[in-house]
Amino acid sequence: MTATTLRTLSAIAAQEAPRLRAAYPDVFRVDLKRRALTIGGIGLLVGLFALGLTMLETSWTRVFLGLGELGKFVVYMIPPDPGSWSKALVYLGALAETVAIAILGTVLAAILALPFGFLAARNVVPSWILRFLMRRSLDTIRSVDALIWALIWVNVVGLGPFAGVLAIMTSDFGTFGKLFSEAVEAADAKASEGIKSTGGSDLHQVRFGLLPQVLPLFASQVLYYIESNTRSATIIGIVGAGGIGLHLYEQIRTLEYQHVSFIIILVLAAVSLIDWVSSRLRFSVIGIRQT
Amino acid sequence: MSTVTPNPERLDALKAAYASASAARRNRTLLGIAIFLAVMVGSAIVAEVNIGKLVAKFGNFTSYFERLAHLDSGALVTTDIGEWFWGLNHWLKLLAETLMIAYVGTIVGAVLGFLLCFPAARNLTRSAWEMAIVRRFLEFCRTVPEIVFALIFVVAFGLGPLPGVLAIAIHTTGALGKLFSEVVENIDMKPVDGILASGGNRVQVIRFAVVPQVLSNFLSYALLRFEINVRGAAIMGFVGAGGIGQDLLESVRKFYYSDVSAILLLIIATVFVIDMVTERARHALIGREAHR
Repeated sequence: MTATTLRTLSAIAAQEAPRLRAAYPDVFRVDLKRRALTIGGIGLLVGLFALGLTMLETSWTRVFLGLGELGKFVVYMIPPDPGSWSKALVYLGALAETVAIAILGTVLAAILALPFGFLAARNVVPSWILRFLMRRSLDTIRSVDALIWALIWVNVVGLGPFAGVLAIMTSDFGTFGKLFSEAVEAADAKASEGIKSTGGSDLHQVRFGLLPQVLPLFASQVLYYIESNTRSATIIGIVGAGGIGLHLYEQIRTLEYQHVSFIIILVLAAVSLIDWVSSRLRFSVIGIRQT
Repeated sequence: MSTVTPNPERLDALKAAYASASAARRNRTLLGIAIFLAVMVGSAIVAEVNIGKLVAKFGNFTSYFERLAHLDSGALVTTDIGEWFWGLNHWLKLLAETLMIAYVGTIVGAVLGFLLCFPAARNLTRSAWEMAIVRRFLEFCRTVPEIVFALIFVVAFGLGPLPGVLAIAIHTTGALGKLFSEVVENIDMKPVDGILASGGNRVQVIRFAVVPQVLSNFLSYALLRFEINVRGAAIMGFVGAGGIGQDLLESVRKFYYSDVSAILLLIIATVFVIDMVTERARHALIGREAHR
């Protein structure tokens, strides 16, 4: 619609409004019950919010003082500067380690989760007890954050990136198990029925009926998670599990703001690069052209 | 029924075409596998993967969980629940704090995401500049991991739950702002024209034409985000930003095994309950939408 038509219509509407209001009171009447419900709902949310603020001992003075400090930090952070070339190289090396942790952890998680994805799917395993146990154990693994897993793995294999790989692998194993089982359940049953009608065994049905349908989906999910895991991998260094997180943690603690902003920019660049590559690959895997 | 005699020449041609087509496909697959393996081996070298170490130390992993299941006295944790959960009151308080960090962070983030999603949506933005700036801002908010924000905020605001709340709020703003703007981009534009034609301004357009179309989706995404934020809030304590994370970190570092398992169980149970409640609520929201 053009702007002029809109303006004309809008002028007419303004003229007509009082007459319409008088002619159709029902339409303009306020629904008190609905309004009360809305206000009540919002009131509940706001009340809980206020309760939270008092419980968490937030005070406006603290917020404003902190914001002032934060402003100073941002000024100190500019321009981002690693200090020396050797430092920059150290950070780049740590970044490569981070990316390697993310890729390896994600792929290992996917490989491990593959059989479990099928075992937790309704159309593959009809026994609900087995399925229930599978689902619950996957959920349990999933509800523990990668950082906590990293802490546990550091105790097992010692400090270093290997613990990080294992942490990413463990926490994503739960996620992939769930996602894969959902993809398997959403698969079209006709292909499997076709295989069955030509005399295929159960394994044949999975291999030729299900796998071709779900594999591209799995691959695209894995690619997607590599990107989000790059972000997780940047932080597991905080507990000593390798990657750039350790450097970030140390530089923040020692108040080297220019180093901090340099590292953050490195991370942002790496994440967007991986995002770009993985979305390219994802579109070529699932066969949809990028819009 | 007549039998079809295949033309041998044509059959050969078809066979050859099929062979070359499948060979091309196979070559592509093999190349893909080769690249994949190269990337994996490269990553394994950079990440110092050591299978020998894993095999040698795997006993540690199982024995770690075994130790988690035993009290200091050496008895199984289940033999003395009171001793196992000796700090229950304290931990429940910290869990409540964790939930509140997640809740307050989600609300602040959802409100900011709501305000920013309209300029970030292609169909409702006022200018290309505005859209680009808001989108970059949202991208920044969600790309920097929340624990990094928390680390910086702990220095600026001091220890305690406040930096945790702010970190979660910023990350939520970025994540929800993007999701919300995608929902807004998919709305039916006819009500928008209708409100404009009957003399509405921008706020009225959003209130009467956009919000009724998107509200249930927005709420559903916000609930999902709350669920994610509960998990995020549980680790905020690792950097001193409040919640139960600090106690967990300390018990792990000081080898209080039964405390570790007790706190982990409490976190897992909380996450389960929150998952179940939000899933119910989300299904109810989406179901109500479907019945309309």
